[in-house]
Amino acid sequence: MKVAFTLNGRVAEWSGPPVTRLAAALRDDLDLTGTKVGCDAGDCGACTVLLDGRQTCSCLVAMGQVEGRRVETVESLGDGNGGLTSLQKSFLAHGAAQCGICTSGMLMAAVELLRRNARPCRAEVEDALGGVLCRCTGYSKIVDAVMSVSTSMPIAAPPAGAAVGARLQRVDGVPKVTGRDLFGADAVPADALWIRVVRSPHARARFELGDLAPLRRRLAAVLTAADVPFNGFGIYPDIKDQPVLADGQVRYRGEAVVALVGERAQVLAIRDEEVPIAWTPEAPVFGLDAATAPDAVLVQADKPENLLLNGVVRRGKAAEAFAACAAVAEGLFETAFVEHAYIEPEAGWARRVGDRIEVHVTTQTPYMNRDEVANVMRLRPEAVRIVPTACGGGFGGKLDLSVHPLVALAAWKLDRPVACVYTRPESMAASTKRHPARVAARFGCDAEGKLLACEVTATFDTGAYASWGPTVANRVPVHAMGPYAIPNVRSWGEAFFTNCPPAGAFRGFGVPQAAIAHEAMMDELADRLSIDRLEFRHKNALRAGDTTATGQTLAHSAGLAQCLDALRPHWQKAHDDVAAFNAKSGSRRRGVGIGCMWYGIGNTSMSNPSRMRVGLSPAGTLTLYSGAVDIGQGSNTIMTQIAADAVGLPAAQVALVAGDTDLTADAGKTSASRQTFVSGMAAERAGRDLRQQILRLANAGPDAELSLEGARLTVRDGDAVRSIDLASAGTLMGEGTFDPPTTPLDADGQGVPYATYAFAAQMATVEVDIGLGTVKVLRIVAAHDVGKAINPTLVEGQIQGGIAQGLGLALMEEYLPGRTENLHDYLIPTIGDVPEIECILIEDREPLGPSGAKGVGEPGLVPTAPAILGAVHHATGVRATRVPLLPHRLREAIVAAGQEKTTGKRT
Amino acid sequence: MGAYLRPRRLEDALTALAQPHVVLAGGTDFYPARVGRAIDEDVLDIGGIAVLRGISADASGWRLGATTTWSELLEADLPPLFDGLKQAAREVGGRQIQNAGTLAGNLCNASPAADGVPCLLALDAEIEVAGPAGRRLLPLRQFITGVRRTALAQAELVVAIHVPKPDREARSAFLKLGTRRYLVISIAMAAATIEIADGRVASARLAVGACSPVAERLPALEAALAGAPLDTRLADRVEPAHLAPLSPIDDVRGSAAYRSDAVVTVLRRLLQDLAA
Ligand SMILES: Cc1cc2nc3c(=O)[nH]c(=O)nc-3n(C[C@H](O)[C@H](O)[C@H](O)COP(=O)(O)OP(=O)(O)OC[C@H]3O[C@@H](n4cnc5c(N)ncnc54)[C@H](O)[C@@H]3O)c2cc1C
Ligand code: FES
Ligand code: FES
Repeated sequence: MKVAFTLNGRVAEWSGPPVTRLAAALRDDLDLTGTKVGCDAGDCGACTVLLDGRQTCSCLVAMGQVEGRRVETVESLGDGNGGLTSLQKSFLAHGAAQCGICTSGMLMAAVELLRRNARPCRAEVEDALGGVLCRCTGYSKIVDAVMSVSTSMPIAAPPAGAAVGARLQRVDGVPKVTGRDLFGADAVPADALWIRVVRSPHARARFELGDLAPLRRRLAAVLTAADVPFNGFGIYPDIKDQPVLADGQVRYRGEAVVALVGERAQVLAIRDEEVPIAWTPEAPVFGLDAATAPDAVLVQADKPENLLLNGVVRRGKAAEAFAACAAVAEGLFETAFVEHAYIEPEAGWARRVGDRIEVHVTTQTPYMNRDEVANVMRLRPEAVRIVPTACGGGFGGKLDLSVHPLVALAAWKLDRPVACVYTRPESMAASTKRHPARVAARFGCDAEGKLLACEVTATFDTGAYASWGPTVANRVPVHAMGPYAIPNVRSWGEAFFTNCPPAGAFRGFGVPQAAIAHEAMMDELADRLSIDRLEFRHKNALRAGDTTATGQTLAHSAGLAQCLDALRPHWQKAHDDVAAFNAKSGSRRRGVGIGCMWYGIGNTSMSNPSRMRVGLSPAGTLTLYSGAVDIGQGSNTIMTQIAADAVGLPAAQVALVAGDTDLTADAGKTSASRQTFVSGMAAERAGRDLRQQILRLANAGPDAELSLEGARLTVRDGDAVRSIDLASAGTLMGEGTFDPPTTPLDADGQGVPYATYAFAAQMATVEVDIGLGTVKVLRIVAAHDVGKAINPTLVEGQIQGGIAQGLGLALMEEYLPGRTENLHDYLIPTIGDVPEIECILIEDREPLGPSGAKGVGEPGLVPTAPAILGAVHHATGVRATRVPLLPHRLREAIVAAGQEKTTGKRT
Repeated sequence: MGAYLRPRRLEDALTALAQPHVVLAGGTDFYPARVGRAIDEDVLDIGGIAVLRGISADASGWRLGATTTWSELLEADLPPLFDGLKQAAREVGGRQIQNAGTLAGNLCNASPAADGVPCLLALDAEIEVAGPAGRRLLPLRQFITGVRRTALAQAELVVAIHVPKPDREARSAFLKLGTRRYLVISIAMAAATIEIADGRVASARLAVGACSPVAERLPALEAALAGAPLDTRLADRVEPAHLAPLSPIDDVRGSAAYRSDAVVTVLRRLLQDLAA
């Protein structure tokens, strides 16, 4: 059928099956990939366009319904002269786009609002944007951007030498607010074949494949385990336990079994039932109790006791020290599987180029992907090129392989480009999760409130395959006592296999789960001794000069006490406000809570170097070659700022080549909050190296000022001015590497696991509806010691985004295989759930970091759930021992506490 | 590949339905049920049929055309009787869903958690169905027969929802309980309509959703409210025993026990709102 309509002000015609989704027609047929697809089900709003002026999910509109109507997409936005609208500029100025995958939808929703109402209030913005999910920003900066469109000022570009510390606009921001940024699904070649993966409907089963020949005749290829040269992957060099395609048995629901390769419509038309797989389901191992039962069946036959790994940190004599404690608190806390819920599902495509394979994919870690794809295909690493596309959110979930080996194998075999884009339910079923944890904690202190002893046992459900489970099991014992000086510690971490999705890396690597436990203990002890909860933490905060439980003496940059000092006035005021409110209200009660954290930057006791290059070409182009992928957090901008200042030229003159493994050096993975600290230091060194070369050429001193105009580089050193003609100087290339100094941990967990730590304290004010058990977070104040804020806007964005995820962890997020496999049933916070967030940046310089900076990617999330749960306790007296604290769980606890009170069982 | 029909006239739609077709209105339930697979059913798109659109009124009451969207309802000039339904409309999904989703689609989808159902039960709505044998009117509670089941025959369409005009001054309210602010399916929700005479509740209709396969009215509570003074004590009349028609279950959104407990609070709040 032919459909005639108005598209972005022009007459448009489209032909195809009328039941085709508008989103698909725009993206696949009309070349307008600015409209994004995050779910195809109305749940995320990324596909929002205007239909006859009204915001609509284009994934829910049939092309047959578009006839004669007016469609406006993000591509229609502009000032008419190739420039941006004031809304787009405001998004850039406020840092409202991080990864950018939600940005088109946010913009279109805002356009509808602003046409009716040029100066909306916060509530109006929330109502208008409530249908678009953002997983990165915590919404704060989006609300600010929409509310201040008419007043927002563009950010002036900082001059040479002043980029670090400036609120520089994202260097990659314009494509994000115009819809031109290309994500994993946006630039698939027209002649590509597509893969649809057939996945296990069972958590544990054996299977036999029937005769695939009829399917093979209909399709370009049907890939099975037999087609995979080395059928095992995993991020650890020695643990390649996850098959690319399952071989006779599956270990979790959603595991890949068969890959159908063919024309897109063809593979979509084949239903799972048509693929001959004879299943023999077996009783699955669900939960830690089942996994650790004496007679438990093994999830992986060669992993006795279902144990993946355990680790300990031991210092002093914890068991004895408890006897001397004036107060002891203990508790057991449980958390659920949590889904990353990046709005961009896994996507990418591959093509064979001679005897090399090229994979264009949304990823957090191109070099690890390269090595893993090579290993699976039995190719040399150099034969694999990973070209990261824009990444629509990762949070740890795009560190593991997803589509990569499948598209690479198929493209290699068929010598044609092959693409694969996960559907939302597929993404949720197949991908890794945050580890569910059971944390048993016991803390004791003296009568003055000085912590003396701590015992923590953190047990993790690592799902069917190892993924990043070892990282979690190693990191948690180091962090589980919290950011406090405690002389006697025994901290244990262990992870067990189950028939659940592989639990992997997710912002915080297990530390957020442990923080729920240690912060509850701090509250209990403080209450027990009638010490203010903030002051109790202040008294025990790790400070520079203190020795940690691993025996590491923190020489510098341990700013927790400063964070708490900064919160104190807010804390006191919040207590007064809450008390005043509670004196009047009956059915709703407010409370204030606080959470603290520390977080080791980079890998635990493992080398994790970054290498960066900064080049100056004969044409006068200053280029930063950065292998660090920007997944929305802003590393492209941070690296540019650092490198520009190190060279001594304005950031605006830095061109960026990022990610591509053929063009950049290995800067490690974007995880563990390491890019600013580790790659940033490498970028600083690379910039300084280039500067040295320039100064040598010009025979100038270290304070010389540089300026670059075309191919002419001018070097001013006092009165001496020297001009270098770059065309004749040849290419100059500066290089820098950095690997944070750490040492291995011994059998007692003693050593230097991290070179530096971030510290933070957050406080939350909540309102609990006593009758219904619902919690509304009213305000969060977050004080973070970041060493140095290279770009305060980006730092705040990381904190606010982390807080939104922490809020979700505390109150609503629970992944249940087969039951919450979409964004309809799996709830992440919407714009109406995240409160106003005030960020306070503490800069306690880390001498090892670039300009004193540490990382902030994960710390934003860690203290949030503890602060919220502490506030709920303050409001209701209920200590949450299981998250998410869904309304029914809180209400049941409130009722139970009330009954205990009336029967006098507990005071 | 299936057929796709978009008739302009109701008669043509009904003729087409002689063969099985999936009806497509706002698509907000249709497409989410078809993620990641080819759509090969025969589809009848009713969005182009003018007589199914719009809201009108006459002496006996209001007619809400089947394809009236939540947004159109919100923008319509309607008396306080519709405040509850409008409140529900404001909380269905987000703006995008309200702009596309239709009232009849919400009923035909017959989800236990459909927000429109308790409101329309409390409004005593009747569903006008057209088919080969002509038109018939069914009370809403008879129209929805179970979880995702309706009394519609294959060749029938809902053409309108009728809301009778009460004899007296009337008000309505709706309250939804969910885990987040927007885009949330109700854990439980309740709607109430009261008719008022001489400062008293002349009659009351209350319905609760997401606590039984089909949203249910609460006749015992309605009886307990009849004749009560319209003041803040109205809410005190809600008793757990009034919830007998409900049969809540445990699911990912909440436990059965919680639903039973919370619904009492929801109903009390609803009556407080109405009495205020
Ligand atoms: C993100 C999201 C959030 C949502 N939130 C809510 C919510 O908060 N509360 C809520 O109640 N619902 C919610 N829904 C569900 C949905 O939006 C509503 O049920 C909506 O009103 C359905 O209307 P529609 O026109 O889009 O239905 P469609 O998808 O077009 O149709 C739904 C069903 O009804 C049938 N049908 C439609 N019209 C007729 C007719 N006239 N005659 C016969 N059969 C017909 C169709 O065949 C189909 O089976 C949500 C949906 C999404 C995607
Ligand atoms: S893609 Fe349309 S709402 Fe998610
Ligand atoms: S910026 Fe909103 S999802 Fe990434």
